[in-house]
Amino acid sequence: MARRLPKKDVVIVGFGWTGAIMANELTDEGLEVIAIERGPWRDAPTDFPPSYMQDELRYRVRHELFLRPDQLTFSFRNRMNETALPIRSWGAFMPPNGVGGGGVHWNAEMWRFLPSDFVLRTHLTERYGASFLPGDMTIQDWGITYDELEPFYDRFEYLCGTSGTAGNLKGKLQEGGNPFEGPRSRPYPTPAQAQPFSHTLFGKAARELGYKPFPQPSGNLSQAYTNPLGLRLGPCTYCGFCEWFGCSNYSKASPQTTILPYLVRKPNFALRDKSEVVRINLDRSGKRATGVTFVDSSGEEWEQQADLVILSAYALFNVQLLLHSNIGRPYEPISNTGVVGRNYTHQTVSTVNGFFDNKKFNFNPFIGSGSIGMCIDEFNGDNFDHGPHGFVGGGYVGQVQTGARPIESTLVPPGTPKWGADWKKAVKENYLSTVKPGSGVHGSFYAYRDIYLDLDPAYRDRFGRPLMRITMDLKENEIKQNKFLTDKFAEIIKAMGAEKLAVQYRKAPYDITVYQTTHLNGGAVMGTDPKTSVLNRYLQSWDVPNLFVLGASAFPQNPGYNPTLTVGALAFWAADAIRNQYLRNPGRLVDA
Amino acid sequence: MERSKSTSTAVRRRELLAGAAMLLFSATTVRAATIAAQLPWTPNAGNPPPRMKLGSWEFFTGEEGRTMEALADRIIPVDSETPGGKNSGCAVFVDRQLAGPYGRQEGLYTRPPFQTGAKNQGHQSEKGPAQEYREGLAALDRACKGEFGKSFADLSDNDKDAVLKGLESGEVKLQGVEGKSFFAQIVRDVQMGFFADPIYGGNRDMVAWKMIGYPGARYNYLDWIGRHNERFPLPPVSMTGSAQWTR
Repeated sequence: MARRLPKKDVVIVGFGWTGAIMANELTDEGLEVIAIERGPWRDAPTDFPPSYMQDELRYRVRHELFLRPDQLTFSFRNRMNETALPIRSWGAFMPPNGVGGGGVHWNAEMWRFLPSDFVLRTHLTERYGASFLPGDMTIQDWGITYDELEPFYDRFEYLCGTSGTAGNLKGKLQEGGNPFEGPRSRPYPTPAQAQPFSHTLFGKAARELGYKPFPQPSGNLSQAYTNPLGLRLGPCTYCGFCEWFGCSNYSKASPQTTILPYLVRKPNFALRDKSEVVRINLDRSGKRATGVTFVDSSGEEWEQQADLVILSAYALFNVQLLLHSNIGRPYEPISNTGVVGRNYTHQTVSTVNGFFDNKKFNFNPFIGSGSIGMCIDEFNGDNFDHGPHGFVGGGYVGQVQTGARPIESTLVPPGTPKWGADWKKAVKENYLSTVKPGSGVHGSFYAYRDIYLDLDPAYRDRFGRPLMRITMDLKENEIKQNKFLTDKFAEIIKAMGAEKLAVQYRKAPYDITVYQTTHLNGGAVMGTDPKTSVLNRYLQSWDVPNLFVLGASAFPQNPGYNPTLTVGALAFWAADAIRNQYLRNPGRLVDA
Repeated sequence: MERSKSTSTAVRRRELLAGAAMLLFSATTVRAATIAAQLPWTPNAGNPPPRMKLGSWEFFTGEEGRTMEALADRIIPVDSETPGGKNSGCAVFVDRQLAGPYGRQEGLYTRPPFQTGAKNQGHQSEKGPAQEYREGLAALDRACKGEFGKSFADLSDNDKDAVLKGLESGEVKLQGVEGKSFFAQIVRDVQMGFFADPIYGGNRDMVAWKMIGYPGARYNYLDWIGRHNERFPLPPVSMTGSAQWTR
């Protein structure tokens, strides 16, 4: 029997970017807020200081900052007729854990989605006709437009101090920025980061090929910045340890650097770490959340009651908690009914490594940052005519190499032995003159009827609950899209002067063992119709109006960009709806 | 718990008072920290990596260690400028990794049932790396004794390479062990030791980092971001700073 804690106005489940944003907004409203986080407290002085943060083995290879699969994992299969097996060790994506969530160890790429991304089905159907889309593709409009979200994009960018070059200021195109982006109301808060040699070379080659390259928008800051909460970030030192690592230098935007020191001083805020929420509790009607039940690190169960429940864990955990709490109808692909678990997506990424003459090129590739890079957007979304190509979607491509940590970045040209004297010689000769863009091709991943999340019939977690099961594969549309983008990308790497290329297309079957990105999306999507969405346009549950679900789980499908800026902007958007509409009249904000 | 002590603040006190009636009925308090009013901080609360212990093998037997050193020296042979896998400490690295959490699959999901799946569903064995090395190294020596009458470490370099190429291609089979994937794992682990920070036992004196031109655990390249196509001039540093400390 769970012990009961004093009731609060708001309980927040999971304390990464969205939890921190929402906590700050709702405490401003005078509400008593308690946040509950599964993992530990973390910050630079104790967990990733400059004296031992640059440890590739510990943080990259052994996953120190991430959730341990023995605490919670998922099962995986490609197709519905196969048996899912548990993910025993992380591979394709890295679930975060701890205060700050993925905001601690992300690369900090801060992209806005295209205006057409938010009205995807309408846009594509109008331009190409409904029959152009594959029959099993279940893409849909978001229920929100770019223009509605723009002020909240802006707020998150200014919270973080985002470094970049605007491409479209209030409809006027700007030299050096992304000409395809939606109109922005003001410039980036700080100028773009400086670019290392290979990134600059990519920009030059792309320009000569007729493209319009621009610096990737970055949450690793080009210069010192004081954010609207009065918190200060320092300039990035280009150490090359961002993704998988915490920033020692207070240069990477994270909840720790941009919100928490301000938030924690408020008397109406508190946070419990090392406490895992296992269930959202409902009243007898099943239409109202009464709070949550969580288990602390000693195994003791507690109940935290609250008037408003904010679910703001990582996308997959949001969906899992809804399924375990019996909130919303679980998706069933055969009958095509239900919504929770529907429209689950990932990101279609690939790369091309370029090997250059080491007598002419020295890239010092270890100098970098997580979101440094030069990119082009000509092949993203619907920025080009898909008619002749027979697929939809796209992505940005760019030299976005984040550094060259030596366990992962000692590449050898194709055809070199994998070990022995020739391998050793090739490693020595190529390390400084190789371009390794990482996810240089960053493609969209659209939704399908038989790619989804549900509960596994066989495998269970440490509490005896069913694991959530991932059924996921790559479809013909995404494979074609990736081939097209990767070939375009390879042309630019070749034009930079590479002697040899290693072209690595993304292919089926989807592989759970190979890291792609941690951009998992969907399963609790927002929309206009309760039959095809879990949440309304304000991220409010259709079924339980005092529950809001934040994060990329709300994406109906995934565009060709990194998700975090949109995730944060949607959190500000939902907070605004709660502050200005819900609190005045608690109930459904949208009539179904 | 340490943290809740250091955050005995207004909010925490108020919360405790409000919850006092409830707490009277309960013998325990919540066993996780409550963070309020200030960021948690206690003196000397860092979490640096443990220093690798020097000395004898921790996981390998003497014979296994000899085999591992021989393997490390074929995967990374000595050349005129850089030591091989053995003298750069790669076998020691693997030994310490297998003796630690990695060897035991600590933190991984190890609940049954164990079923064979597709390769893209990931490792599904109940055995962790430590047990796989124990069985694999024994099977390798059995195969070498059967073929050459000698254990792997005693073969000529040519014969060693022939065995390893056979494992890599799948032509050489090991008894009870999947030779191809076992060898791929050895290559991965040995090379990992070569490039990891010397604190873990391999990359002794940062020989691998010197070889490739990686400056190590540095943290500020502000002066170098704009200097294109120039060789970075400084020698590598490790987490412990000086090469002298890691000998």
